[in-house]
Amino acid sequence: MNGVQAQGAGEPLLLGVRHHGPGSARAVRDALEASRPSVVLIEGPPEADPLIPLAAAEDMRPPVALLAHAVDEPGRSAFWPLAAFSPEWVALRWALEHGVPARFIDLPAAHTLAWERDEEDEEKPGEDAPDEDVRIDPLGVLADTAGYDDAERWWEDVVEHRGAGKGDALAPFTALEEAMTALRETYGSGGHGRDRIREAHMRLRIRDARREFGGGVAVVCGAWHVPALRRRTGVTADRALLKGLPRVKTDVTWVPWTHRRLSRAGGYGAGIASPGWYAHLFAAPDRPVERWLTKVAGLLRAEDQPVSPGHVIEAVRLAETLAALRGRPLPGLGEATDAVRAVMCEGSDVPLALVRDRLVVGDVLGEVPDTVPAVPLQRDLERTQRRLRLGPEADERELDLDLREETGAERSRLLHRLRLLGIDWGRPAAPRSGTGTFRETWRLRWEPELAVRTAEAGVWGTTVPAAATAKAEADAVAARGLADVTALAEHCLLAALPDALPVVMRVLADRAALDTDVAHLAQALPALVRSLRYGDVRGTGTAALAEVAAGLAERVFVGLPPACAGLDADAAEEMRGHVDAVHGALGLLGDVPAARDGRLRARWRAVLRTLSARGTVPGVLRGRAVRLLLDEGELAQDEAARLMGLVLSPGTPPADAAAWIEGFVGGSGGGLLLVHDERLFGLVDRWLTAVPAEAFTDVLPLLRRTFSAYEPGVRRTLGELVRRGPGRHDRTDTVAAGAPGFGPGVDESRADAVLPVLRLLLGPDGDEETHGERMEVRR
Amino acid sequence: MSVSAEPTSVDPRRNGNGPADTLRPHAEHAFADELAALATQDDRPRPARWRLSPWAVATYLLGGTLPDGTVITPKYVGPRRVVEVAVTTLATDRALLLLGVPGTAKTWVSEHLAAAVSGDSTLLVQGTAGTPEEAIRYGWNYARLLAHGPSRDALVPSPVMRAMAEGRTARVEELTRIPADVQDSLITILSEKTLPIPELGQEVQAVRGFNLIATANDRDRGVNELSSALRRRFNTVVLPLPETPEAEVDIVTRRVAQIGRSLDLPAVPDGVDEIRRVVTVFRELRDGVTADGRTRLKSPSGTLSTAEAISVVTGGLALAAHFGDGVLRAGDVAAGVLGAVVRDPAADRVVWQEYLETVVRERDGWSDFYRACREAGV
Repeated sequence: MNGVQAQGAGEPLLLGVRHHGPGSARAVRDALEASRPSVVLIEGPPEADPLIPLAAAEDMRPPVALLAHAVDEPGRSAFWPLAAFSPEWVALRWALEHGVPARFIDLPAAHTLAWERDEEDEEKPGEDAPDEDVRIDPLGVLADTAGYDDAERWWEDVVEHRGAGKGDALAPFTALEEAMTALRETYGSGGHGRDRIREAHMRLRIRDARREFGGGVAVVCGAWHVPALRRRTGVTADRALLKGLPRVKTDVTWVPWTHRRLSRAGGYGAGIASPGWYAHLFAAPDRPVERWLTKVAGLLRAEDQPVSPGHVIEAVRLAETLAALRGRPLPGLGEATDAVRAVMCEGSDVPLALVRDRLVVGDVLGEVPDTVPAVPLQRDLERTQRRLRLGPEADERELDLDLREETGAERSRLLHRLRLLGIDWGRPAAPRSGTGTFRETWRLRWEPELAVRTAEAGVWGTTVPAAATAKAEADAVAARGLADVTALAEHCLLAALPDALPVVMRVLADRAALDTDVAHLAQALPALVRSLRYGDVRGTGTAALAEVAAGLAERVFVGLPPACAGLDADAAEEMRGHVDAVHGALGLLGDVPAARDGRLRARWRAVLRTLSARGTVPGVLRGRAVRLLLDEGELAQDEAARLMGLVLSPGTPPADAAAWIEGFVGGSGGGLLLVHDERLFGLVDRWLTAVPAEAFTDVLPLLRRTFSAYEPGVRRTLGELVRRGPGRHDRTDTVAAGAPGFGPGVDESRADAVLPVLRLLLGPDGDEETHGERMEVRR
Repeated sequence: MSVSAEPTSVDPRRNGNGPADTLRPHAEHAFADELAALATQDDRPRPARWRLSPWAVATYLLGGTLPDGTVITPKYVGPRRVVEVAVTTLATDRALLLLGVPGTAKTWVSEHLAAAVSGDSTLLVQGTAGTPEEAIRYGWNYARLLAHGPSRDALVPSPVMRAMAEGRTARVEELTRIPADVQDSLITILSEKTLPIPELGQEVQAVRGFNLIATANDRDRGVNELSSALRRRFNTVVLPLPETPEAEVDIVTRRVAQIGRSLDLPAVPDGVDEIRRVVTVFRELRDGVTADGRTRLKSPSGTLSTAEAISVVTGGLALAAHFGDGVLRAGDVAAGVLGAVVRDPAADRVVWQEYLETVVRERDGWSDFYRACREAGV
């Protein structure tokens, strides 16, 4: 025996590892098997010692994480994630399987969490970036220095394959310790004062363990710490370092973790980029590259990509030769990925993204037994429930909330946030009284499985708002359609999650930019504008929302005219709905102080003008555009009449003209327009009598639809107007002359009779006055 | 990255001329010194009939310094991975398909690969819509055929056939332009490594060292897609567009200067800003995201390759020189940009307008370009 054990039987066995390194994990297992220690000490929060037996529970499945949180402040928390291939997990399981006591020896989380608070109070101490890298992942830095992009392969190549020789399970650790000692000599203690304190604590615990168990102490810790733990220092000096550390009351529990979250930084330092690949390396008994490429082929086949075993053979050959070309003894993830791209994906990165998502990262979800202590989210929920005096009850009851009151608003927010998290304690119901936006009615019912849901939602965060924010962000990224994202944005506003909004808005803007269907955009706009108005009621910041809404409107403007060309009747009718919706939404947007508002309205009018004048646009849309412009006051009555005359002139197919009429005067208020502008009515009348008999039957259903929608009063007035036909008069000569069925000229006596009433109605207003005078003069 | 915007000229016969006489010497002549230096110092294992080891081939393309101090110039500036995978593919006896939009140095890479591996880059089949099967298999010398009957002497071997017999690297340019039935005659060659000559009852079997490099344009329209049977025989390497805007501006500037000289355009003093703008527009639309990474964009149907940016700028220079004030301005490139972007009058127009209204209009210092583009018509 050499190396570690040569330093004396009483010396602790220091196993320096790379956190989440499968190579390290395998080496740790072998080293423990070989040396059979009587106690295993692991880097981790000692508060978790009572939770260690749970790691052997049947329904405990990694990836899981140790979660430490301040009891009074669930938002203050730290995670120590453990995957099946983490050396710490392997050591833990080995100890449990062999009945050997295991302990966590890092500085208690009570101190580290208290530090975090101090850090927020003070300024975060300036740390040297490269030193930080070395400290967090020294093996990564060594591998990088050696020209490797994957520290795991470096470990395989350098530590395992070129170590003191196979058979000596401890050789890799000896070699590594030498490297770390050299590294720490160069980089000092990493410039991180807290490491000194943590290492002092670990040394003391190791000393305690040695006193308790005699020899046979194995320590699994980050490779970086090994030289420091080896160093002999005075007990008093170590104790002095630990004196007077701040502390908070802390609770620890196990929570389920996912591979995706392993890629984030946690209590064990930096995250890892390829948890799926590492899990594969750890689980594969042999030929990891062959097995990996077969797995990839299976995935691509499931996605209907034609990948044959022949492809796998070629990919393996390519990966191996590539490794040789790059001077590496075995292919790694980089070579495998290059081979997959060149052989199986025809050089494309698109299927490769799928491989990365499903295999390299992977969708593994851990499980923890029901017996683990409550997660902080549950506590936060209970506290909020107490504060808002809204206890969980199994019986269903209805709850009316007045959002103008602070409590009402807070209760509403809580319920909306829980719904976002999938905890459907309350469901929105139709309000019993009043329809104002400041009222909400909920139907509450607490069912036992909601407790399970709460525990599951613990993955997202430690407080209700934080968890809901994280969930909303994840949902936004995963959302399929534009409408889903707008709905989510609305929900975020209701739940008052301003922190989630930037992500949701970014996703929304991205989706809007890539969505080529104007209908989708037009549908999304009203919902967004509605959200803006809710936001106003609830006092949520909506500047970002207004910006996105304006961007969405711009895209609608650009896309609408081409999208309106060449539609059939049904599609045109649907598009009319969208045009109306956008018009309405822009009207509402006017109330919101958005920078671009004035320009938006002007541009929308320009779009409507384009629509109204373009021949390829279906009649119903052109008519609608003219109508909207007329209502906006953008188009003079004369101009509208000219356009109508143009459409109703003989050159237009009758069906198209009827559709135009439907668009122009269909819907609310259209009838009154005809009642009040006899010129327009005359145009319709004249056109209708000119429709050829054979076309009339085609036109009739359309017209019937248009006119039957009017209120009875309007219909009667129109009927009377038609009946009066020849006797009626027009105020302008243009139409009066030659309209079939109408007498020419103005009936002066009847006009005189009307004038006093008109004066009475309109008052001596300037414009009307002059009009009246002109009529008198003319008379 | 080197850019070759124009298709390679057909050169069916190796000519015996020295590099001094030729207008454009082959890679193996132009870089004969480097190849010789690599060959003498290369002590790594070489596959059968390779002039260099795979490692040395990669060094030849990517550049480096040899132990004796000889400097190898980089032939390809781009991701190392691309060259490594390409060389490894050839070493594993698989055919290599280089894909990419115009101007990503496909032909250039294939020529240099062939020169480094086989010392001969001239066994070339240029793919066109009219490429016959004879260009890939073999033809006949009809005078001989009639006079002496079918024999090996009457047979005219294709470059591919010669490569098979001699264990060299054959090249097929623009594979997807070749009609599908002619393409498929490559299948037997690549899978069985043999070329039957039924007229003579003979066959030509490929000797070790034979391989094939094909290039194809992956975003061009009206191409003949490879059949899946043929596709399976290739390892595919996509040559990426320049990674950074600076690299692309550099390529465009250099290339524009070369073309301008050969067309005898009057020198235009300063166009770098406008070139930068064209490159920015092309990159943003191509990548579907603005340069600041903030806004997503739709991508038009055109390729918007570096080669097209070069032609837009060249056209703009001609406009500026002959009709303008001699300075390359927004107005000179606007029409060219528009023409490059709007290939499909319906869909691309929306994309372009959206880009103009949501990105260009808001951007500082781009108002002249915005106006010019509006004037150029939408």
